[in-house]
Amino acid sequence: MAYPEDGDAGRLTRSQLGAEQQVGGQLTKTPVAESSEIERIQERSRFIREETVRLISIAKTGHYASTFSCAEIIAVLYYGIMRLRRGEPDWPDRDRFLMGKGHAAVGVYPVLSDWGFLDPSALDEYTRLGSPLGDHPDMQRVAGIDFSSGSLGHALSVGVGMLLAARMRALSFRVFVLLGDGELHEGQVWEAAAAASHHGLHNLVAIVDRNEYCLDGRVDDVLNIEPLAERWRAFGWDVREADGHDPAALLAILRGLLGDERRRAPAVLIAHTIKGRGVSFMEAEAGWHLGYLEQEDERDVLSELGATHEHA
Amino acid sequence: MSTRELRPGSWNILTVLDQAPGLKVLADTLNELVEDGHPVAVATADLKYSNGLYRFEENHPDRFVQFGVSEQNMVSAAAGMAAVGVVPHVATFASFLALLCCEQIRTDIAYTGLPVRLIGTHAGITLGFYGTSHHAIEDLAIMRAIPALDVIAPADATTLRAALRWYIDYPGPAYFRIGRGREPDCYIEGELEFERGKAIVHSAGADLTIVATGSMVHPAIAATEELRRQGYSIGFIDMHTIKPLDDAAVSAAAQRAPLMMSVEEHNVLGGLGGALAEVLADQGTPCRLHRHGMKDEYSLIGPPTHLYRHYRLDSDGIAKEAREFIELAQAS
Repeated sequence: MAYPEDGDAGRLTRSQLGAEQQVGGQLTKTPVAESSEIERIQERSRFIREETVRLISIAKTGHYASTFSCAEIIAVLYYGIMRLRRGEPDWPDRDRFLMGKGHAAVGVYPVLSDWGFLDPSALDEYTRLGSPLGDHPDMQRVAGIDFSSGSLGHALSVGVGMLLAARMRALSFRVFVLLGDGELHEGQVWEAAAAASHHGLHNLVAIVDRNEYCLDGRVDDVLNIEPLAERWRAFGWDVREADGHDPAALLAILRGLLGDERRRAPAVLIAHTIKGRGVSFMEAEAGWHLGYLEQEDERDVLSELGATHEHA
Repeated sequence: MSTRELRPGSWNILTVLDQAPGLKVLADTLNELVEDGHPVAVATADLKYSNGLYRFEENHPDRFVQFGVSEQNMVSAAAGMAAVGVVPHVATFASFLALLCCEQIRTDIAYTGLPVRLIGTHAGITLGFYGTSHHAIEDLAIMRAIPALDVIAPADATTLRAALRWYIDYPGPAYFRIGRGREPDCYIEGELEFERGKAIVHSAGADLTIVATGSMVHPAIAATEELRRQGYSIGFIDMHTIKPLDDAAVSAAAQRAPLMMSVEEHNVLGGLGGALAEVLADQGTPCRLHRHGMKDEYSLIGPPTHLYRHYRLDSDGIAKEAREFIELAQAS
C-alpha cells in the first residue's frame, strides 16, 4: 500500500501504517527525530495521561478515553513542533493550538502549566466552583488557551480567521487544529475546509484524532465519514496519515509539511488512534468517552499506564 | 480487564444510563405515542445516551434517525419529515438546539408552521463545569422571539409527559426546554392538568407572587413554603409555558400582591422575567417585578449544585432573594 500522496485513495489502518513506516516511503525523506527526543515525548504523553486521571478524580466526571487517544498528538505539538516561549502565553507570533474537540482540554492544562502559562496549583482545583479550568477550555480564564471551545465544528473556522489576520499583520505563526473524527460530522468543518484552501492558508494544519468513536458508537456507524482522505483532498488539502500514537511518525510528517516551502495548500494529518489508548478496558468499551474511576480502579489504571509506557 | 470487573464506584456513560428518571420518561412517552398510533419520529445528534432516547431506538428503530454530530442538518431534515406527515421529536442539548440551530428553527420550522417538537435537554447551567458552550441561559429568550413557536419548560417528568401528550395533535411547532432528567417530582401522575398556555396557579398571596418555570419550580415551591413559615403571604405560579404566556394568571396575581418575582434557570433578560415584565407593563398594573436568574452573565465553572447555591437558584437562595426583595420594596 502506498501513502495517499502517491495517489492511493484507500484507507490506511494502524497496522498497515506501522509496516509502511518500516518500508520508508515518504518518511525517509523527512528529518528523523533523535531517540532522546522521542523518549521525551513518550514521557510527556505518559504525564498527560496520568494528569488526566488525576484531574478527573477531582471533577468526578471526565473524558478519559477521548484524551488518551490524542496524548501523543498533544505531546508532539507542545514538545516537538510548536514555536512557543516559556512563560509568554501572549507572544504575538507564537504558534496557536485550537481544540475542536474541546473535551480533551483536561490533557492540555497540565502541559500549559509545564510551559509556565498556568499556575500548577490551579490544576488541583480543576472544575471546582470558580476554577478557571473546566471540561472545555476557556481563553478568557486560562492563559495559553488560544481559543475557547466546546461546541464542535467551530475551531477550524477560527483557525482560518487567525491566519487571514496573520496575513494582514505580517505574522508568520502556524495554527494547529485538533479535530475529533465525530466532529467531522459538523457541516461547518467543511465550510472552513473550503475557505482554507480557497485562501491558500498553508500555515494551517488540521490533525484529525481518528479514534473511530463518538458518543453514540463508532463514528462510521453513526454517520459515515469515509473516504476521509479523499474528502479532504477534494477540498484542496494536502493529506497525510499516520499512527497517532507514534511520536516519530507524527514528528516526521509534521516537520516534513512545515519545512516544505513550496506547499501552498492547508494540510491535514489523519492520525489513526485508539480511544482510551493505554488502558485496556477503556480501549475495549466505547462508554469510556465519559466516566469516572474510583480510587482503587484509578490506582490500577495508573499502574497500567506506567507499564504501557515502559514497554512502548 | 473489563469495565464489569471495576469497583462499584467507577462508572462510564453506558453503565449509568438509569440515573436520569426524567429522561426515561421522555423516551417512554415517545414510545407510548408511537404505540398509540401517532406518526412520531425521533431524531438525535450523537447524544442518544445523554438524552436517553436509545430506549426509543430499541423499541422503534424504524422511527429513529441518528444524525451524528450535525444538528443543523437534523433540524432542517425534521422540517422535511414534518412536511410529509410525520411528527418529528428532535432532541439535543438546549445549547446546540436553540443557539446553533436558531435560524433553521425560525425559517424551516416556525415560519413554515410545521409540527416539529424541539426538545432541548440539559438546559440552563445544569452541565456545570462543561462550561458555557454547554450551557443554555439564552434559549427561552431566543425561542420566544420566534413567531408561531410555542415555548414550554416543564417542571418535572410528569409535566413533560403531559405536555408531549397534549401537543401530539397540535398542528404547529413547539420548543420544550428540559433539564438533565434528575429534577425532583413536583406533581403526581394523573393529578396534573396540562393545558397549552395555562399556568398552574398553586396559590395566591398578599405580599409576593413567585412565578417559576422549568427546573426552578421545585426549589421555588420549597422557598415559598419557607417564606410562609417566616410569616409572609406568598403566592406561587408554575409558568410551564412561556409562550403563549398566561397573561390572565399574571394580571390576577399582580392585582392580588404588589410584588412579583420570576425564577428561571436562564438569563434575566428575555425569558420568563422578560415575558412577565412585558405583560405587567402592557397592562399598566402597579406591580413591582424582580427578575431572578442569571444576571446577564456567563456562569462560573463548577459542579451544578454548587452553581445553584452560588447563584441563589436553590431553595435557600430563592427564599433569600425573595425576602431581600420584599424588604427592599418595604423600605422604599
